[in-house]
Amino acid sequence: MNKIIRIEWKLFLREPAMVGFAILFPTVLLLVLGAVPALRTPDPQFGGARFIDSYVSTLVVITLAFLGLNKLPGTVATYREKGVLRRFSTTPVHPARLLVAQIVVNLVAGVLSVVLLLVVCKAVFDIDLPHAPLGFVAAFVLGLLSLSALGLLVAAWAPNARAAGGWATVVFMLVMFFGGAYLPRFLLPAPLVRIGEYLPPGVGALQDAWLGTAPSPVHLAVMALIALAAGTVAAKSFRWE
Amino acid sequence: MAIIEVTDLVKRYGRTVAVDGVSFTVDEGEIFGVLGPNGAGKTTTVECVEGLRSPDGGTIRVAGFDPRADRARVREVLGAQLQQSELPDRIRVGEALDLYASFYPDPADWRDLLDVLGLGKHVRAEYRTLSGGQKQRVSIALALVGKPRIAVLDELTTGLDPQARRDTWSLVEQVRDSGVTVVLVTHFMEEAERLCDRLAVIDAGRVVAIDTPAGLVEKNSAGQRVRFRPTSELDPELLRVLPEVTGVERHGPQFVVSGTGNLLHAVTSVLARNQITAAELRVEQGDLDDAFLHLTGKALSE
Repeated sequence: MNKIIRIEWKLFLREPAMVGFAILFPTVLLLVLGAVPALRTPDPQFGGARFIDSYVSTLVVITLAFLGLNKLPGTVATYREKGVLRRFSTTPVHPARLLVAQIVVNLVAGVLSVVLLLVVCKAVFDIDLPHAPLGFVAAFVLGLLSLSALGLLVAAWAPNARAAGGWATVVFMLVMFFGGAYLPRFLLPAPLVRIGEYLPPGVGALQDAWLGTAPSPVHLAVMALIALAAGTVAAKSFRWE
Repeated sequence: MAIIEVTDLVKRYGRTVAVDGVSFTVDEGEIFGVLGPNGAGKTTTVECVEGLRSPDGGTIRVAGFDPRADRARVREVLGAQLQQSELPDRIRVGEALDLYASFYPDPADWRDLLDVLGLGKHVRAEYRTLSGGQKQRVSIALALVGKPRIAVLDELTTGLDPQARRDTWSLVEQVRDSGVTVVLVTHFMEEAERLCDRLAVIDAGRVVAIDTPAGLVEKNSAGQRVRFRPTSELDPELLRVLPEVTGVERHGPQFVVSGTGNLLHAVTSVLARNQITAAELRVEQGDLDDAFLHLTGKALSE
């Protein structure tokens, strides 16, 4: 199993676009936004905080959405289409291990991306490290798992790699929208903000854990439930070829 | 001794019967061919043997195990080279071999394997940079890396140029000579004729014949013809009385003798006894194509 993970990790590192978007992009975006004076000036609109303070949890959403809804279904559907999974099934090792390895790779990439982001937040913009570290880790892990489960569901149901890419993009856009990546969340109407708090990866939980006190257990429970439900359906309906 | 036993195998896809009561056995150490036109059910049959599909009827034993019930046991003794099965674009050849070797309890030394397959120089090459022939050889290497007792090779040389095809054939012979039983799925006559010890001809989901290539040709083609020009006067009756001969024709100075069995030997013996030399001697034999046409009513090669 370790060998499969190591090789999948190496394959990930060999895709510069993947590495760039999953690991570097959120931090680069933070640096760009932070270079705009207005966005790093305290503003009464955010209760005296700065725009970038309110945007950091959205940057985490970008990483998680990319890993769970772009990289994962894309890789899995391509592996199926090219017969990589089929060839695996001729060996004593079950191809499900390849999917597990993908999720582990995503976790590692996600952690790297967020650690980089936290370091830059603290060092460059003096944004606090998460106030509730454990809650932040829980929100991060559950967020990634729930998006990965949705990503696998897309891969399970899409007839081919192209369709998987298309469907996953739609879900990706929705997640990004509700996560505040396109329009800052303070500009969204209250009902949409509420939906975004429950939709994976739970931008509300991340925000609460980072700059508030602790994520609400309800938010975390909903994400765990989505991860479990989508994961189970994906596993039951997954086609290996 | 039979290492694979397939009995009354049936496999349906919806209402289509892809395999309809196929039975055959493969002996240890032979190259067993599964020959038939596209869509005859060859691949479905071997996929059931590999355990990739569950049969709707019949039984399969591979080294004594059921491919579905004893999934892991069968996969340890059977290496499969699949049609149209690729690897991730950016995986290196050495990495793929190393990974697949780790799946088996007693793997082959994959570096030796790559050397034997002529891939020694490509250990660090990414899969996407390989040519079709090289990818095919990687595929064979992956099928062999677990030191299987049986290798199933499906449409091994489809898409290869003639030189690569010949190289692959000698490779298959090397594999057999190293003691591995080979099941070779093909729709190329030449390949079947050149490589297989025995062949099952499959058409429309059924086995229509199982025999050696020579046996198939002998039983199912119009027989053979020997053409020659005798250097001195020859009485056709000398040939007509031979049991192997079914007909003698004269075209000017040329004789055309048709018959069966060891016709050439019978004819040349008579000529030798009568001190007649045969000039421009040619033997024309029916081939697997004829046999196939006779068995199935259709031509195999398009």
